[in-house]
Amino acid sequence: MTVHIRVREKSFKKGQTAVQVLRDIRLELEDGDFITIIGPSGCGKSTLLKIIAGLDTDYEGTVEIGGLPVVGPGTDQGFVFQEHRLFPWLTVEENIAANLSLKDPEIRKRVDELIHIVRLKGFEKAYPKELSGGMSQRVAIARALLREPKILLLDEPFGALDAFTRKHLQDVLLEIWRKKRITMVLVTHDLDESIYLGNQVVIMKTKPGSISRIIPIELPFPRQRAHPLFQEMRQKVLKEFETADELPLIEGLGI
Amino acid sequence: MAKTTITAEQPKFRKESVRRPTVLKDDGFKESLKRRVAGLILPFLLFAIWQIIGSLGFVSKTVLPTPSDIVMAFKNLVVSGELFTHLKISVLRAAAGFILGAGLGLAAGIAVGFSTKTEGVLDPSLQMLRTIPHLAVAPLFILWFGFGEASKILLIAKSAFFPIYVNTFLGIREVDARLFDVARILDFSKWKQIKLLILPSALPNILLGIRLSLGAAWLALVVAELMGSTEGVGYMMMDARQFSNTDIVFVGIIIFAAVGKLTDSFVRLLETRLLKWQDTYNGR
Ligand SMILES: Nc1ncnc2c1ncn2[C@@H]1O[C@H](COP(=O)(O)OP(=O)(O)OP(=O)(O)O)[C@@H](O)[C@H]1O
Ligand SMILES: [Mg+2]
Repeated sequence: MTVHIRVREKSFKKGQTAVQVLRDIRLELEDGDFITIIGPSGCGKSTLLKIIAGLDTDYEGTVEIGGLPVVGPGTDQGFVFQEHRLFPWLTVEENIAANLSLKDPEIRKRVDELIHIVRLKGFEKAYPKELSGGMSQRVAIARALLREPKILLLDEPFGALDAFTRKHLQDVLLEIWRKKRITMVLVTHDLDESIYLGNQVVIMKTKPGSISRIIPIELPFPRQRAHPLFQEMRQKVLKEFETADELPLIEGLGI
Repeated sequence: MAKTTITAEQPKFRKESVRRPTVLKDDGFKESLKRRVAGLILPFLLFAIWQIIGSLGFVSKTVLPTPSDIVMAFKNLVVSGELFTHLKISVLRAAAGFILGAGLGLAAGIAVGFSTKTEGVLDPSLQMLRTIPHLAVAPLFILWFGFGEASKILLIAKSAFFPIYVNTFLGIREVDARLFDVARILDFSKWKQIKLLILPSALPNILLGIRLSLGAAWLALVVAELMGSTEGVGYMMMDARQFSNTDIVFVGIIIFAAVGKLTDSFVRLLETRLLKWQDTYNGR
């Protein structure tokens, strides 16, 4: 789906004064794009994703998916939150199915498939309290994928995962992206992740949150982190931060 | 002596340790056993002293019957079937009042919890009614409905209404707003939102409300029956008091305590069953 995003302004009211959080964001996503957004903490990345999802409609601008304006949240806009947000009283499989019935054989089959993909075999009947942060996040990803959204919005989905699981899920995500051509928007703190996954890296700056630059990554998949061209891209993105004077904030967070 | 008991317990621990192979657990178990035994020493001593003082005739039996008198009275009441008849009446009364009051309380709590409009209409009046002590309305109920079942059941219902009303209302209002976002993203229908999000989230509070309502209903029952009745455990006690059968009064007290505790344990069991997902649940 093609996605047009225009956020002229987004501000939060704090008492009498309004604090401007986003200004002049323009993004055009082609069908099947994989956009990664990277920027310092507090620059409004989560806020932007919520606007795209239709969770926040209190802003100046428009978001269109496939030519239709987004007026509210729905299953077309899948969302994986920064924290997993599972229902504590539902088991893993119930959380993935949620409002869809596990008694439906088609749903059952797809839930089992997804459980396999996110490596949670054996935990189908576990409650969220019995899961690690990373496992919970994998359930949240499976929950979003089950709805086959047109666009999948991910807010630092792998932040809590160990390097091994993170790499696996990055590849899983790439595979799903290539198979289903879901348009992806992924927010990350991790420089390498943004280059490994994205065909465009959107670099944001803060105060107010705005796009400082969009860098296309034209490396073929699967990408090799050690490859000289990958490192070249890395330098390019880093340099953008240097000019934006946000390097100290970012450097410690990349791998 | 102490050593033999411990060795006798050993095989039991082995069986346990197949499932939970932690050495710490066994120690914990021994510790808790020790503590439980320690807790029994004082009541046991008291009972012994109580019995001795009574048997030696230091205190009149109409003031303080001995434990053995109470056990005998209990046995007689059971054999004659009197105890069962009275207990049945009392339990039925409490149950009727509880179902009426708690049912309405739950319904009102849900109605008010879901809609701020209903809250505006209903809650102020209910909060006002809540502050009226039960004993203050008892004479009015008797005036209106006489000494019959109606006034008793209504008194019990009034007591059972509020704990569950307040807690259900609170529980519904305390649903995590971030989970509401998830429900919106997943496109929950109104019904799914209630079934999958609001009710499970409010369930711990609702169960707490049920527990408190049960306690309140039981308390109101005692008040209602002591005020005037012709059957029931409370009546049995009042009747015994007139004839200075203090031992029967003690039996009544013990029955009230035991049944109260039993119903409470039942709801607690329900809690462990229904709230096994809860992270904070650790009342083992
Ligand atoms: N509901 C809210 N009310 C008021 N201010 C808010 C609200 N949500 C976010 N903000 C403010 O908006 C700014 C951007 O927040 P946001 O969560 O979008 O940042 P972020 O880029 O996702 O940060 P991080 O990388 O730490 O997740 C912050 O300064 C934050 O204080
Ligand atoms: Mg964020």
